[in-house]
Amino acid sequence: MTATVEPEVGRSRRRKEDARLITGRTRWTDNLTLPGLLHMAILRSPLAHARITSIDTSAAKDMPGVLAVVTGADLADEQGSLPCAWPITADMKSPGAPSMAVDQVNFAGEAVALVVARSAYEAADALEGIDVDYDELPVVLDMAAAVADGADLVHEDLGTNSSATWIFDSGEAGTGGDVEQAISSAEVLIERTFRQQRLIPAFMEPRSVMVDPTGEQLTMWSSTQVPHILRVMLAMTLSVPEHKIRVIAPDVGGGFGGKLQVTPEEVLTFLAARRIGKPVKWTESRSESLLAGHHGRDQIQKLTLSAKRDGTVTGLKVELLADMGAYLRLVTPGVPILGAFMFNAIYKFPAYRFVCTNVFTNKVPTDAYRGAGRPEATFAIERLMDELAAELGVDPMEVREKNWIKHEEFPFTTVAGLTYDSGNYEAATDKAKELFGYDALRAEQKERREKGDPVQLGIGISTFTEMCGLAPSRVLGSLSYAAGGWEHAAIRMLPTGKVEVVTGSSPHGQGHETAWSQIVADQLGVPFEDIEVLHGDTQSSHKGMDTYGSRSLTVGAMAVVQATDKVKAKAAKIAAHMLEASEDDVEFASGSFRVKGAGTEASGAKSVSIQDVALAVFAAHDLPDGVEPNLDSEATFDPENFSFPHGTHLCATEVDTETGRVTIRSYVCVDDIGKVINPLIVEGQVHGGLAQGIAQALFEEAVHDESGTLTTGTLADYLVPSAVDLPSFVTDRTESPSTTNVLGVKGVGEAGTIASTPAVVNAVVDAVRHLGVSDVQMPCTPMRVWQAIRTGRPDAGGLGAEAGGGLGSIDSSGGAR
Amino acid sequence: MRITVTVDGTKFTDEVEPRQLLVHYLRERLGKVGTVVGCDTSNCGACTVHLDGQSVKSCSVLAVQADGSEVTTIEGLARDGRLHPVQQAFHDNHALQCGFCTPGMIMQSIDLLADNPDPDEKAVREGLEGNLCRCTGYQNIVRAVRDAAGHMRGGAGPEAERVADASQPVGGGN
Repeated sequence: MTATVEPEVGRSRRRKEDARLITGRTRWTDNLTLPGLLHMAILRSPLAHARITSIDTSAAKDMPGVLAVVTGADLADEQGSLPCAWPITADMKSPGAPSMAVDQVNFAGEAVALVVARSAYEAADALEGIDVDYDELPVVLDMAAAVADGADLVHEDLGTNSSATWIFDSGEAGTGGDVEQAISSAEVLIERTFRQQRLIPAFMEPRSVMVDPTGEQLTMWSSTQVPHILRVMLAMTLSVPEHKIRVIAPDVGGGFGGKLQVTPEEVLTFLAARRIGKPVKWTESRSESLLAGHHGRDQIQKLTLSAKRDGTVTGLKVELLADMGAYLRLVTPGVPILGAFMFNAIYKFPAYRFVCTNVFTNKVPTDAYRGAGRPEATFAIERLMDELAAELGVDPMEVREKNWIKHEEFPFTTVAGLTYDSGNYEAATDKAKELFGYDALRAEQKERREKGDPVQLGIGISTFTEMCGLAPSRVLGSLSYAAGGWEHAAIRMLPTGKVEVVTGSSPHGQGHETAWSQIVADQLGVPFEDIEVLHGDTQSSHKGMDTYGSRSLTVGAMAVVQATDKVKAKAAKIAAHMLEASEDDVEFASGSFRVKGAGTEASGAKSVSIQDVALAVFAAHDLPDGVEPNLDSEATFDPENFSFPHGTHLCATEVDTETGRVTIRSYVCVDDIGKVINPLIVEGQVHGGLAQGIAQALFEEAVHDESGTLTTGTLADYLVPSAVDLPSFVTDRTESPSTTNVLGVKGVGEAGTIASTPAVVNAVVDAVRHLGVSDVQMPCTPMRVWQAIRTGRPDAGGLGAEAGGGLGSIDSSGGAR
Repeated sequence: MRITVTVDGTKFTDEVEPRQLLVHYLRERLGKVGTVVGCDTSNCGACTVHLDGQSVKSCSVLAVQADGSEVTTIEGLARDGRLHPVQQAFHDNHALQCGFCTPGMIMQSIDLLADNPDPDEKAVREGLEGNLCRCTGYQNIVRAVRDAAGHMRGGAGPEAERVADASQPVGGGN
């Protein structure tokens, strides 16, 4: 029998997943079909706020190939209200959230009718035969105006646009002092207001749902990150017995939080298929995706940082307005709250207060987008540290070094009440500065300033940390989240010694099949190739909490490890019997059981491989008395703490002061994510994360006009960067193993996105600070930067706020240059 | 309208609606679902195929325009069970994560290499400008295309493939 010698963990294994993806043998939901499959299309409101006065569907019903036209009134009694799993306060105001509007629309893009037809073309054609009359209502778009007295209301019956106010105060919590005291006695006070623009996750695979109602179990295939959560929530929302629903997430083409949702379209496809009794599929267009899939970010951050003249920080006060959009989706209200524990970041603030007010507007709901609450927090604090340094006239790294937690101070309990288990900010920073050539770049910057170069050099720093690996169930409970944060896994030992790993994690591009195979190969001593990872189907993987919040490795893989421990414990009894030894005398290494001290196989000692045991269990002819013929095991792991990856990101930008154009000259990041399972996958996660964080800094924004119409409703207007818009990154790592899990791992999926945005904006501001600029609102478009240089105003407005304003490679007519 | 198209080496004759897009013809009539639709404004390039040897975005071509032509999709690249060097390079260099953009990205990369067998980083980035990827940040895609270029030079076929060194250091650009 083969046994692995070199450990799999730590190897840059090429991914198992690739074989099907590079040859087109994929199972995207939209690739699937069923006998008699029908197609659904959705009519969406063009208005952001209006009463529906009438809907005439008669012409559409007469069109060829049309089986059904359904309105909100038709579904009112069965559609329920879309779930929100995170009521952040006891008095949180939450409107009913119908999947299809019944008598009022609250954002442009909300579903008002659906058509089911023989073909997708016929369904789309029939939408034009539906006539909807609306009475327009005043549109609420601006958060500050929405919470002012006498504001127009999104939901009249709630009596306010404020959904909830959530407060953390270190004085009250006993984790620190009183921030007002710190502010009143401050030697230096930095007050800033930053804007986190609205973003769109823009996963590459448009969402798609197919429902087959013809079996005993109603089966839904969906392009989702959360098949398990979806199943439970469908059952609870629609009052369908849970055991009568099966959810499958086949190949899923990216999510980034955008597919962490129970969507109106999933419910509508379910209801349409059930109504007609035939399989129905809905696949969105890109425009629909940008318009109606949930958005992310969208905060106004009012910040006050107090410090001593020597640079020591003494207090931090955060006052947020967070845009919920028109409804509270699955975790909408909780997203800004995930940031509450991260504004203090790696710094030793003695006093901290966080107040967040969640606000309704007539826009599509916001919800999770890569980082979810933590990028917003990291941006705010890392921008503030640069502002503090500028105020004090010192290098921005100096104020960071002065205030960060020293490596010998771990574990460290922060002013927000979290205990960071491990980290070494000094080591990551030293390595990053060296790779970046920090001192040489500072010297060049000085030289270019002195000679008045029209292209100025800026250096941006982000010494970030984040909390991920969501999450200890008790902590989620204390935050009023409706579910736990555990994960489940099972190991099936097949008679021939091959292994099936069942995981509750639900990959959508990360590479779990490869990474889980590496972990199990080491744990059980079986070859990497002999392992199959099963996921994303509630029938085979019956239990799970799915994939988001950089949780798969730190929670999901830990469940896998625990399940392998149980397999080995069961196998040890049988192996001891086969070796005619006492269980206590048997040890397991490299896939085989041996009698302790009996020497190696080479020296003639007997051994029994785990594959031998699997076959013996299958035969079950000669097992010890009372031993069940079964090695299969399962485990559910609940983490004891979050994981706290950190790193130092350094960005050098060149800013053309005559055009406002920003070019990233170099980007170096040194991340510490603890132990690494597969360096190649980690590198890919970091690259992609950086791209999304940089895109927020420079390119992307969901823009609405004054009537609430999304003007960035295509990929020509919503500027997902292309290859020419991004630089090559230099990535490296330091390694402070996590002390809260046996693998020593931390999350990596969101780190690059969380870290990079402030590094880039700090670099932009640093390039032009000597010209009187202290902030540039994101995205730092050429127009905004140019205006800021000319006027000192960070918000600039004007052309920079238009759709398509951000990307240098797109000209004003929308074409490529 | 009746059209005859050769797709991945097989000839098909079909009646199609004049308005049907080539990508929908490929996916829905021929079952060539390896080619995918990522947008509706020809920005993303996920649907890229080769039409008579040139890359096209098949969401921007009508099926009737392909009448009499040869179409190659991602499903027609491998020969005798062996991957095309560009497919292999995408695997070797971890140039994909979710893989949704990958078919189009590979087809465009092959077209790019046909025009320029030895592109530098800038040329690769510019050549792939019409194909969006949300996962990788493009760095490993650029690396893969340049790696493939190395393998395809001098008539090197799939036999000449090497598996890239698994212990290559993290980072450091391309």
